[in-house]
Amino acid sequence: MLSRESDNLIVKTVVRIFVPFIQVYALYVIAHGHYSPGGGFQGGVILGASIVLLFLAYGRRQAMRRMGEGLTAFMNSTGVFIYGGIGLLCLLLGGNLLDYASLDRILHVGAAQSRSLGILGVEVGVGIAVMAAMISIFLDISTGGDLPDDDND
Amino acid sequence: MIWQLDIVLLVFIVICAVAAITVRDLLSAVIILGAYSFFMCLLWTEMGAVDVAFTEASVGAGIGTVLFIAAIARTARRSKD
Repeated sequence: MLSRESDNLIVKTVVRIFVPFIQVYALYVIAHGHYSPGGGFQGGVILGASIVLLFLAYGRRQAMRRMGEGLTAFMNSTGVFIYGGIGLLCLLLGGNLLDYASLDRILHVGAAQSRSLGILGVEVGVGIAVMAAMISIFLDISTGGDLPDDDND
Repeated sequence: MIWQLDIVLLVFIVICAVAAITVRDLLSAVIILGAYSFFMCLLWTEMGAVDVAFTEASVGAGIGTVLFIAAIARTARRSKD
């Protein structure tokens, strides 16, 4: 049921118009996460939900051309790498793990500003990882774990 | 906090929770669970926990409902026994 393209023109048009707005809102939530409600997790979930909406309306085959299994796995590990990389960078620069003030030695913008930039980088990493994880969970549940090849589906 | 609004929201939450576990149809149960999440989100907002309400709205009412529906789409309409 969830794997084929919807034949309702209204559903597809509404999804096509709404998905960019949902994604811009998700980016707003991620970018303002460190001084307002929201953050990497919530923004990532909203980003993932916009892609899941594409999967629901356009079918798995057409949506996976934009967001395939390989890209999902790559983005998942990229997000974790950004998060851990910033943490380890702080450690290498002489601070504690995720102690963003020590990033000042390469950013040269002052301790307070480098704390703000450091948490923004971590939020971006969390957002990418959560988005990819949500799409991956949806794909696994809706296909039962085994993705059939595009040819014999 | 407005205690009258709290009572009204709590009553709606209890109604949704009881309905979600008593209704026979799985799809109806999932939709009622989404409504439960929405009222829970309103309650968090009213109590001042806006960040928790944000998570509840995006995860509970948004992606959780979709994941449940994706799981239900793989079940049969009638049970075998």
